[in-house]
Amino acid sequence: MSQTKQVKQLDRVIIRFAGDSGDGMQLTGDRFTQESAVFGNDLVTLPNFPAEIRAPQGTIPGVSSFQIHFADHDILTAGDRPDVLVAMNPAALKANLGDLPKGATIIVDTHDFTKRNLDKAGYSSNPLDKLGEVDDILAGFQVQPVDLTGITVEAVKEFGLSRKDAARAKNMFALGLLSWMYGRPTEPTIAFLEKKFAKVADILGANIAAFKAGWNYGETTETFVVQYEIKPATMAAGTYRNITGNLALSYGLVAAGVRSELPVFLGSYPITPASDILHELSKHKGFGVTTLQAEDEIAGIGAAIGAAFAGQLAVTTTSGPGIALKSEAIGLAVMTELPLLVVNVQRGGPSTGLPTKTEQADLLQAMYGRNGEAPVPIVAPQSPGDCFAAAVEAARIAITYRTPVFLLSDGYLANGSEPWAIPSIDALPKIDANFATEPNHSTTNAKGEPVEEFWPYLRDETTLARPWAIPGTAGLEHRIGGLEKGEGHGNISYDPANHDRMVRIRAEKVQRIADSLPPLEVDDPSGEAKVLVIGWGSTYGPIGAACRRVRRAGYNVAQAHLRHLNPFPNDLGDILKRYDKVLVPEMNLGQLSRLLRAEYLVDAIGYNHVYGLPLKAAELAEAVGALVGQAEGRDVDLGEHGTNAPADHEEAPAR
Amino acid sequence: MTTIDLGNPSLRSGTELVPSLAEGETQTGKDFSSDQEVRWCPGCGDYAVLKAVQSFLPDLGLRRENIVFVSGIGCSSRFPYYLDTYGMHSIHGRAPSIATGIATAREDLNVWVVTGDGDALSIGGNHLIHALRRNVNMTILLFNNRIYGLTKGQYSPTSETGKVTKSTPVGSIDHPFNPVSLALGAEASFVARTIDSDRKHLTAVLAAAAAHRGTSLVEIYQNCPIFNDGAFDAIKDNDTKAHAIIPLVHGEPITFGTRDEATGLGDKALVRTASGAIEVADTAAVAADAILVHDAQNPDPSTAFAISRLTDAGYLNRSPIGIFRQVDRPTYDDQARAQVADAVAKVQGSPEDRLAALINAGDTWTVG
Ligand code: SF4
Repeated sequence: MSQTKQVKQLDRVIIRFAGDSGDGMQLTGDRFTQESAVFGNDLVTLPNFPAEIRAPQGTIPGVSSFQIHFADHDILTAGDRPDVLVAMNPAALKANLGDLPKGATIIVDTHDFTKRNLDKAGYSSNPLDKLGEVDDILAGFQVQPVDLTGITVEAVKEFGLSRKDAARAKNMFALGLLSWMYGRPTEPTIAFLEKKFAKVADILGANIAAFKAGWNYGETTETFVVQYEIKPATMAAGTYRNITGNLALSYGLVAAGVRSELPVFLGSYPITPASDILHELSKHKGFGVTTLQAEDEIAGIGAAIGAAFAGQLAVTTTSGPGIALKSEAIGLAVMTELPLLVVNVQRGGPSTGLPTKTEQADLLQAMYGRNGEAPVPIVAPQSPGDCFAAAVEAARIAITYRTPVFLLSDGYLANGSEPWAIPSIDALPKIDANFATEPNHSTTNAKGEPVEEFWPYLRDETTLARPWAIPGTAGLEHRIGGLEKGEGHGNISYDPANHDRMVRIRAEKVQRIADSLPPLEVDDPSGEAKVLVIGWGSTYGPIGAACRRVRRAGYNVAQAHLRHLNPFPNDLGDILKRYDKVLVPEMNLGQLSRLLRAEYLVDAIGYNHVYGLPLKAAELAEAVGALVGQAEGRDVDLGEHGTNAPADHEEAPAR
Repeated sequence: MTTIDLGNPSLRSGTELVPSLAEGETQTGKDFSSDQEVRWCPGCGDYAVLKAVQSFLPDLGLRRENIVFVSGIGCSSRFPYYLDTYGMHSIHGRAPSIATGIATAREDLNVWVVTGDGDALSIGGNHLIHALRRNVNMTILLFNNRIYGLTKGQYSPTSETGKVTKSTPVGSIDHPFNPVSLALGAEASFVARTIDSDRKHLTAVLAAAAAHRGTSLVEIYQNCPIFNDGAFDAIKDNDTKAHAIIPLVHGEPITFGTRDEATGLGDKALVRTASGAIEVADTAAVAADAILVHDAQNPDPSTAFAISRLTDAGYLNRSPIGIFRQVDRPTYDDQARAQVADAVAKVQGSPEDRLAALINAGDTWTVG
């Protein structure tokens, strides 16, 4: 029977949907995210799934989860610990329980708590049978056992599906229930389902019925008495959409093609977590984009280098193992000085490592992973939406300086999402391909007559870029290749002095990119911080959240984040020297910190985790706090915002 | 899975979309010689091929700036430096992949790959078979000297078993590839074999290869006098060559050996056995209509493959020479460009407007 429901205001919530990898948890999370985005909350998401397409059913390795943190204010991370766990089976409960703070809500589908599934998850007895007893492992949590599957099957009866197909709609039931709990708009999901299942009326009907049944279950039963309200966030004016990093990166590549007026050419070999970019770009032929799925990683970059030589905006996309295979070809692009984007969506390594987990341990590979002195500029996006601008920036550098450029994304950015303020096209930089069209060097022939020649390695004085003369341009026929080039004329040269000079010129050319960069932004609100926290890539969110927490507790800390890892911004050295302590949080064993130490002789201190997951803001805040304490010679207590806070996630920033 | 009929672009000539010389413009071999000093060993077969290519290129009548040569690593891969066209001397084994990018990006380029037996069949084997499978519009010149020259004399993937080299002091135990068989197995649409020292045959094969739309694989037997001298003596020596070379001419009966002045037939002939295999028989002992007539255009590659198997795997006492296969098949690059062109033809508005529409699509919301 319906009863009056209470409505409670919250400023933020972290929900984790967890189930078997066949349970559709990513889709459920995605839909909840879209609903929240349309509603106007700020949000950050964290999908987490096994590498196997269908890992053994019901087991812990087979658990797939999707976490969303949404709030009425600006937030930076997907949150450390979920307030609500939706667990579709015993394995999902067991795998995620350790991440929950005391007091968290657990909504659990009781249907799969059979002896067999409990065994698979490693439970010797059913924890749901012990609620309230002495050995209740769920004590301290608010457990809501619901037979989600059973009710779903009942709700979709009229569509005449097999029991298996009927049960599959349980994720929509869960989505409906959670949508009710948090007052999410339902229209986007209904519209989505209508599109997705347009051709299968019974499945469509069942999914919509399950979704609505979930909503009604919340509204009408006595199990759930509280509905929560999280107001829309105040965000800067603009038009927003929710976007994942891989999609933003793909759009950025299309945008770079439009703004450079060059056809985009992608040579790629499928690899997790980068394949989405290949899939996405293959849809945009209308923009003149060509995608070539090559026979291997090397052929992917080989074809891209060929397209670059032919005058297109060449791109190759991969993850770390693919970069290892492409290294020799990247060296060729360095030597031939052709524009090329090399996208590495980093994952856990070494070797095959953790294909679906995030890491940022390929920085030194990008920096040094080639034979010889082979400098390659490196650009890194800091959030999913930022992948768009980072791709455009990488293209600007590649085309302007005639060089391969690394774009270092990672698995978290690739699949994570956030609201993205859609930029206006006019605000994007114009990139000038500036093809060579005529000879650039005057000389005399054997008869002493003046002749005009084309020298492929005669450089622009400011950028040191060489001319890009593409086949089909009469009079500029020339040969390039991997052998050392004679300065200017570009013919093969084994001259020792020439080699020394060319090695230095190639290094200097990359260094000069720094002259085109804006000053590094340092966020130091009080101007009195003694500690600087500096990072790169996807750690931006956790670092920002950690710094906010430290500041809220009354301490000073400065934050800077590097988009350009090679070359570093010109003012970085001075900035580092302004602070007594420099902390470098990274999802590796200290790669940026090593570069900073080598380059600037600063005592950069590492904060390093390689769990295959984003850094946890609360733990990082403790580390920052401890360092602030050392630097300022006093005890630092972050108080209730510390690791053991009841609801351990980001507070609204002090406004 | 859905399959889409891609149609069959009706382009037939390999150079059809490449700009040609204007009326009255002429080119000579000299126009194609770069100012770089040629640096192969004296007597190297590469010289002969270079000369043949330089004097053949003007016959194409194409604009020099629209010709691109791409090579990998090895002695022969220096080739592009000596031709005054666009060129890239790339990395070991990867030339077919780079050429695939060039050919796919630009329909107006005449693309050539120069490679060797080590470059194409060992380190770059994967790229070679995939280029052939895709049928990208380009011509691959595979210089087969059956040895590693640039690294100074190790056995190659085409060296005969038992060969003593620096890396195989007691004889190579590697079974060799037959490049023609390999290409046919990879479903190449044009496969030929020729000889460095036979300028006329070489030039005729180059012309046919360039005219073919799709990947043309031309194996060129090339002597390396420094590390593998005499590897092709049997097919070059005036006394033995008639018996060693099985000439393949489309539409002609395949015979070799001592020629009968009256019939023009050699004293040996290829015949099909009852089991379907191809074997060598005495011409005199078989009926005239039993002699196999060469059909390079047969859609079924199995006869061409069987003929290719008549090549000696050891010392080369016998080898079919000529165009094994020349069939029409849609090319990867034509189809890739057609897909893009079709999509471009369907869109409206400036790229900027379409980009704005793209990134603003889906569920959006506006603040302020
Ligand atoms: S080593 Fe052999 S193949 Fe190489 S240049 Fe010398 S003769 Fe020619």
